[in-house]
Amino acid sequence: MRILVCVKRVPMTGGKIVLSDDAQAIETKHLGFTISPHEECGLEEAVRLIEANGGESVVLTLGPPEAEEQLRDAMALGADRAIHLVTDANEWDPQATASAIVEAVRADEATNGPLDLVFFGNEAADSGGYQVGIRVAYALERPVATGLKGVALEAGAVRCEQEVPGGRDVYVLPLPAVVTVLEGLNLPRYPSVPSKLRAQRKPVESSSPTRPEQRLEKLRLVVPETQGKEAEILGHGPGAAPAVVEVLQRIGVA
Amino acid sequence: MTLPSQARAVVIGCGIVGNSLAYHLTDQGWSDVVLLDKGPLPNPGGSTGHASNFIFLVDHSKEMTQLTLESARQYRELGVYTECGGLEVARTEERMEELRRRMASAKSWGIEPVSLVTPAEIKELVPYIDESILLGGFHTPGVGVVDSLRAGTLMRERAVESGGLTVSANTETVGMDVENGRIRRVRTSRGTIEADTVVIACGVWSPLLAAMAGAHIPLTPAVHQMIDIGPVPRFEKSSRAIEYPIVRDMDVFMYERQDGTGLEIGSYAHRSILHDPEEIPSIAEAALSPTEFPFTQSDFDPQMLDALDLMPEIVGDESVGVKYAINGLIALTPDGMPILGETPEVTGLWSVAAVWVKEGPGVGKSVAEWMVHGESHIDLHSSDVSRFHPHQKTRAHVKARTFEAFPKTYGIVHPAEQWSSDRNLRISPMHRQEAELGAVFHEAAGWERPQWYDVNAPLVERYGVEEREAEWDARWWSPVINAEHLAMREHAGLFDLSAFAIFDVQGAGALDALQRAVLAQMDVGVGRVVYTPVLGPGGGFKSDLTIMRLGDESFRIVTGGAHGMADKKLFRDLLPADGSATLDDVTTAWTTIGLWGPRARDILASVTRDDVSGEGFPFGHCRTLEIGSQLVLASRISYVGDLGWELYVPIEQGGRLWDVLWEAGQPHSLTACGIGVYGTTGRLEKGYRAYGAELESEYTVVEAGMQRPKVKEQDFVGKEAHLRHREEEPAAILCTLTIDDHTSTSGVKRYPLGREPITLRDGTPLTDAKGRRSYVTSAGAGPSLGAYLLFAYLPPEHATEGSQELAVEYMHERFPVTVARVGAVPLFDPENTRIRA
Amino acid sequence: MATLVYVEEPGDLTQQTLAFARGLGEPLQAYTAGDPVDVRGVEKVHHAEGDAFGTFAPAAIARGLVELMNAHSPSAVVASGTPRANEVLARVAAVTDLPLAANCVASTPGDPAAVTRTRWGGSLLEQARIHAETLLLTVQPHAVEAEPAQGEAAPVESFSPALQDADRVVTVRERVGSGAGGVSLAEAKVVVSCGRGAGSPEGFGIIEELAGLLGGAVGCSRAVTMAGWRPHTDQVGQTGTKIAPDIYIACGISGATQHMAGCKGAKAILAVNTDPEAPILASADYAVIGDLHEVVPAISAELRKAGAG
Repeated sequence: MRILVCVKRVPMTGGKIVLSDDAQAIETKHLGFTISPHEECGLEEAVRLIEANGGESVVLTLGPPEAEEQLRDAMALGADRAIHLVTDANEWDPQATASAIVEAVRADEATNGPLDLVFFGNEAADSGGYQVGIRVAYALERPVATGLKGVALEAGAVRCEQEVPGGRDVYVLPLPAVVTVLEGLNLPRYPSVPSKLRAQRKPVESSSPTRPEQRLEKLRLVVPETQGKEAEILGHGPGAAPAVVEVLQRIGVA
Repeated sequence: MTLPSQARAVVIGCGIVGNSLAYHLTDQGWSDVVLLDKGPLPNPGGSTGHASNFIFLVDHSKEMTQLTLESARQYRELGVYTECGGLEVARTEERMEELRRRMASAKSWGIEPVSLVTPAEIKELVPYIDESILLGGFHTPGVGVVDSLRAGTLMRERAVESGGLTVSANTETVGMDVENGRIRRVRTSRGTIEADTVVIACGVWSPLLAAMAGAHIPLTPAVHQMIDIGPVPRFEKSSRAIEYPIVRDMDVFMYERQDGTGLEIGSYAHRSILHDPEEIPSIAEAALSPTEFPFTQSDFDPQMLDALDLMPEIVGDESVGVKYAINGLIALTPDGMPILGETPEVTGLWSVAAVWVKEGPGVGKSVAEWMVHGESHIDLHSSDVSRFHPHQKTRAHVKARTFEAFPKTYGIVHPAEQWSSDRNLRISPMHRQEAELGAVFHEAAGWERPQWYDVNAPLVERYGVEEREAEWDARWWSPVINAEHLAMREHAGLFDLSAFAIFDVQGAGALDALQRAVLAQMDVGVGRVVYTPVLGPGGGFKSDLTIMRLGDESFRIVTGGAHGMADKKLFRDLLPADGSATLDDVTTAWTTIGLWGPRARDILASVTRDDVSGEGFPFGHCRTLEIGSQLVLASRISYVGDLGWELYVPIEQGGRLWDVLWEAGQPHSLTACGIGVYGTTGRLEKGYRAYGAELESEYTVVEAGMQRPKVKEQDFVGKEAHLRHREEEPAAILCTLTIDDHTSTSGVKRYPLGREPITLRDGTPLTDAKGRRSYVTSAGAGPSLGAYLLFAYLPPEHATEGSQELAVEYMHERFPVTVARVGAVPLFDPENTRIRA
Repeated sequence: MATLVYVEEPGDLTQQTLAFARGLGEPLQAYTAGDPVDVRGVEKVHHAEGDAFGTFAPAAIARGLVELMNAHSPSAVVASGTPRANEVLARVAAVTDLPLAANCVASTPGDPAAVTRTRWGGSLLEQARIHAETLLLTVQPHAVEAEPAQGEAAPVESFSPALQDADRVVTVRERVGSGAGGVSLAEAKVVVSCGRGAGSPEGFGIIEELAGLLGGAVGCSRAVTMAGWRPHTDQVGQTGTKIAPDIYIACGISGATQHMAGCKGAKAILAVNTDPEAPILASADYAVIGDLHEVVPAISAELRKAGAG
C-alpha cells in the first residue's frame, strides 16, 4: 500500500512570541523547528500502517529549502522517501498550498501508483487554517474525515474515529481516502541514531512551484495585547493554602 | 523580601560559581553579602542548568587541576559526588602518546590511582564499547559526576542560614555606577544596592555586565552539542544514575556517559559556533532555557557515525530513540583559562567567569580567599582577569581565538603551541630586518618575536647541534636555537626585546610605593638597576622583574610581556592614595635591543664614545649613551647571563639602532638571536628562574634559592611571611638536573618539555612535606654545558648535588637524571665572570 | 441577504457568532441541518432536511450550504470556529473555490474585505485581506461578546438539498465508547493540571487528590504526555483539549504559548510556581509562589479542614 503524509515546518516557540522587525513572521533566530504535533502523529500512524501492511510511505512538504530538515526527521521516523515543494520566504495561503499538493499528488501517482491514504494534520500549528486537507480531498474527489483520534484499516476502507463529548463518532470511508488527524492518535516514536543515519540517504524529490496570487493575503502579524494582568500573589509556599481556599470558595467551587 | 539598600558585597549570578563564591565569602567571615540572579531559583537558566556535570581530574595545567581537586573535595563533602570513573580512549597512536602525557601529569599533580589500560581492560570497564577500534585508554577511577544544581543550592542555603547571605532571584541588574574608578552601586529591577565590592558570576552574560561598569570580561558564548538517547536496555536495571565510567573519545572530540536510563552523548567536534552575549534570549522567549539553543542536526551528523563506531550496542539499537538534543551554550575565553579576579578597569569589581562545573566550588573558595585575605591558596595567575593586553579584550580578538580554540577542547595541544589567528598585530620596529634574516616569528602578548633565525641554519653544523628525532619534541623548536646560543657565547648575539612591558613610576611617593611592593632594597643610587622578586602576602611569588632608578623620584619597571598587564595592576594598586606617585605605561614608547656575548663590549664601544669599560660602566648600572644620533638608555644586566646590555630607544628609532649595531657587529661575528635563546637556553644554564614556571605563589623565596643575605628594614608585601620562611627549613629546594641518557626504549632520544614528574629510578614520585610533588618547572638545552637541563623542586632529602637516584618520567618512560645543582648557583660560569666582566 | 450564518446548536458560541455576523451586514439569515435549532435575531432559518441528515454528515451539510449560497448570493457566510463548523465551511470553500478565513476575531467587509484572525491557537493575530466575491469565515470562540438571544424565534424554511453520492459517504455510522468515567476535561468546571515538575507519573497523585476534592478534572502539559506519563486526553493546549473551567489551577506549568492557547476559555487561572517571572503569571489571576509538592497537598489539607470532598 502507499500512504502520503503532508507536513509543515513550524517554529518551536517558548513562552513569548517575538515578531521580526517587519512583522511578517515570528523572529526565529534562536528557535528550533519541527513539524506540527498533529502531523507527527499522522506520520507515526502512516509508518505503522506500512510496517503492518507492507508498501511505502511518502512525506511531503511545501516549504523553504530549510524544510528539508523536517523531511529528514520524518524519514528518520520511518517514511521511505520525500517530496519537497520548495518555496521562498513568502507564505502560501491554504488554497495555493492545496493546489500545489494536488498537483504533486497527481504527479506522484502517475509515476508510482495510487495512494491509498493521504494524511494531514487537522490544522497547522502556526496558521491554523483548518482547510488544506479538505481542499486536497475535494480536488482529488476522495472522501475525507477530519479531527481524527483513531484510524484503522478495514477491507478496502478506513475506519475513522472522532472524539465528541461522551464518546467517539465513527466514519467509514472507502479507499482511496484523505484523513486529517489530531495529536493523541498515537504516541510517536523517537527516531534512533541508525534511522537518522538512514534518513540522510533516503531520496528527496524537489521541485519549485510558482506561487499564485494570494486570495487570503496576509498583511502583517500582531502580538495581541496582554490584558496587563497582575496576578494576585496569594502567598508563598504551603502557608498560602488558606488564602487559596478562600478564593476557591468565593468562586463557588469549594 | 525587600532588597537591601547596602551590601558588603554583591554577587551577581546563581550558577555553580556564584553560589559557591557567596557561600565561601560568608564562610570566611563576611556578612551582608547579597546574591542576585535575573532568573528564578533553583535553575536560573544558565550553563550550569544543562551542564554534563562530570569531573575529570587530570589536566596538564597545575592551576586547573588544583581547582578541580578542590572542587571535587567540596562536592564530596556536600554529598553530591557520584564516583564512576573516567576513561579516555585512544583510536590513534598520537592520542596514546597524549594519554601517556596525562599519566605524567597525574603523577606530577599527585592524582592516583590512574592507569593506562588495554582494549581488553576497557571492555571490562565499559562492556558496551567496541574495543576493537581502540589502541588503549587512560583510566582515572576517581572521576565522578556531580549534581551541580543541588551543590549550588546547598551552599547557598548554608550561607543564608548562617545569616551572612541574602538572596534575591528574579532580580535583573540593569546598571552599575562607578565613581573615581571604583564601583559604587548596583542598580537592579528591584532596587539599588550600594556596594563597593561587586562580583560578576554571570557565565555567558558576563561581558554585558562588565560593560555596564566600563570593564572587560573577554569571553564569548559558544555552542557545544549534546544529545540524550534512550531508554537503553542495559541501563534499565541500574540502581544509580551512573554505573559505568564516563568515556571521553577525544580523537573524535566526543564523550558518552550513562544518564539514568539514557546515554548522553556530547560533542566538541563540530565547527566553532559562536554567539554574542546580546543574542541570548530571555527565559520567556527561549523554548527550553536561554542557554539551550535549538539543535543543528547537520553539525552532528558525523558524530552519530563516530558514536555508532564506539558504542554500537547502544547507539545502533533501533529501539533507542533520540529524546533530547541541544546546542548548549558555554563560555569560552581566548586562552582557554577562566577569568578571575579584580578587574583592572574598576576597583572593587570582580570577575568569576568562564568557569566549568568541574572548577566551580574550587574557584568560589579561591576567589573568596583572594577577596577576603588578599591572596588565594591556589596560584591563579593563569586565570587572572588582569592578564589581558588591550587588544585581547576586543570582541574581534576573543572571537578569532575562541574560534580557533574550540576545536582544541579535546585536542592534543603542544605546550609551545602557537596561534594562527589574529597575528601580526604588534610589530617591532626591527621587523623588516628580522624578516630579511629569515626570522621565524612566534607570538607573545600580541607581539611578533623572532624565535630563531633561519639565516643561522649553517651554524647548526658548525656547532654540531643535534636534531631532535621525535616530532613532538621538535615541534615549535629548531636546533638553530642551540646554535645561536653557542654563537652568542662565543662572540655576541643581538636580540629584539620589544615585548617588554615598561612602566615609569614617578613622584615624591615613588620610592616608598616601590619599597612597599618589592622584596629588594629600592633606595639605591640613581643609575642602579635592581632585579627583584615581587611577593604576595603569603610570601610566595607574584612576579619577578627589574627596576631602574632613573632619578630621585623616577623609576622604570621592566617586566616580561606575558605577565606585564598583571604586573601593571599590581603596582597600580600599591600607589599611594594621595597621588604622590604615578604609574605610566610606556611600553609602546620604547623598544629594547639586547646585545650580549664576549664581544658585546667591543661592538658597543665601536659605536659610542661613552665609557663602556668594566670599571666605567659596571654591571647592574644604567645610563644614557650617545650612539650616533641616538640617545640610548643602556642597562647592564643580562637574562642570558653574559656580558652585555639592554639598550632602550624610543620605539620609532628601533630600526636605526638595530642597523647600527648589526653593522658594527659584523666584524665581531654578531649573530641575530631569537627568544629560544633569550627565554630558555641562556637562562637555564645560569639557573635564572622564571615567573610562571618555577616562581609561583606556592613556593617561597627560600625554596627557590633566591633569598638575599639580609632583609631590608622597610616593610613590603609578604615581609612577615618571608621572615618566617627564612627561619624554617624549606620543604623543597629548587635544583637543576641534567639528563644522563635521553635514549628511549625504542632507541629514539627524547627531550622532556616541562611539567613531567621527577621520580626515584623505580618510578616512585617524590612528595615534599607540604604535599607537593616534584615536577619539571622548566626544561631545555644548556648548549654551553653540553647538557639538557631540568629545573625541579626536590624535597631536601633528595636535593644532593651529584646524586644519581632520580629520573624524569616522559612518555611513560623513565630517563635517569643527575642532580647537577642544588640552589641557584649557575652551572655555567658559576662565578659570573662573564656577566660582570 | 447580506450574511448567512451556519448554526450548529444554540448556546453562547452561536450568540457570539451572530453578534460578529451582524457587524458584517444585515439582514442575517441562518442555516441549520439535522436537529432543528431555535435561532433568534435572524430574518429566517433555512433548514436542510433529508435522510442524509439523520446523523452528522458534514459533506451533505456543506452541500446544502452551497445550494443556499448559489440561490441567495450572501455577501458573507459565517460560522463558529468549532471543529465541526470549521470542517463544514472548509468543505464549502473547497466546493466553491472561495478563500476561507478560519477563527477570526474581527472583520470589515469591503473589496477586498479585511479580517483579523488567530494563529497559534490564539497567541498571535494575523491581519489579512480576502480577495473574493463572497466572504467565508469562522469566528474564534470566546473572542467576541455574545449578543443576547432576544426577540421572536425566526421562521424556518425547510429544503432538501440535492446531494451527490460523494456527499453521503462521509457520515457518522455509530458512536462508540462512553469516554473515561469522571469529569470530561473540556466540560469541567475545575481543572487542576501539572507539568513535568510532577517528577513522575506517581507525582500526579497529589494533583488527582486536589482535583477530586474540587470535583474537577486532571490536566497536564504536552511534555507530560510526550513522556508517556498521562494519556493525551489529559493534555491541555493548542493540540490537546481546550478547557473553559471556572478556575484552572496550573501547577509547575511555565506557560508556553501552545499550552496557554488551550486555557483561554478559563474564567480564572491560579498558577502554582517557584518562578514569579514564569510566563504563565502574565495570564494568571492568582498565584502561589512555591514548590507544588508542598503547596498542593497543603491546599488539599485546607479543603478537608473546610469540609470539602
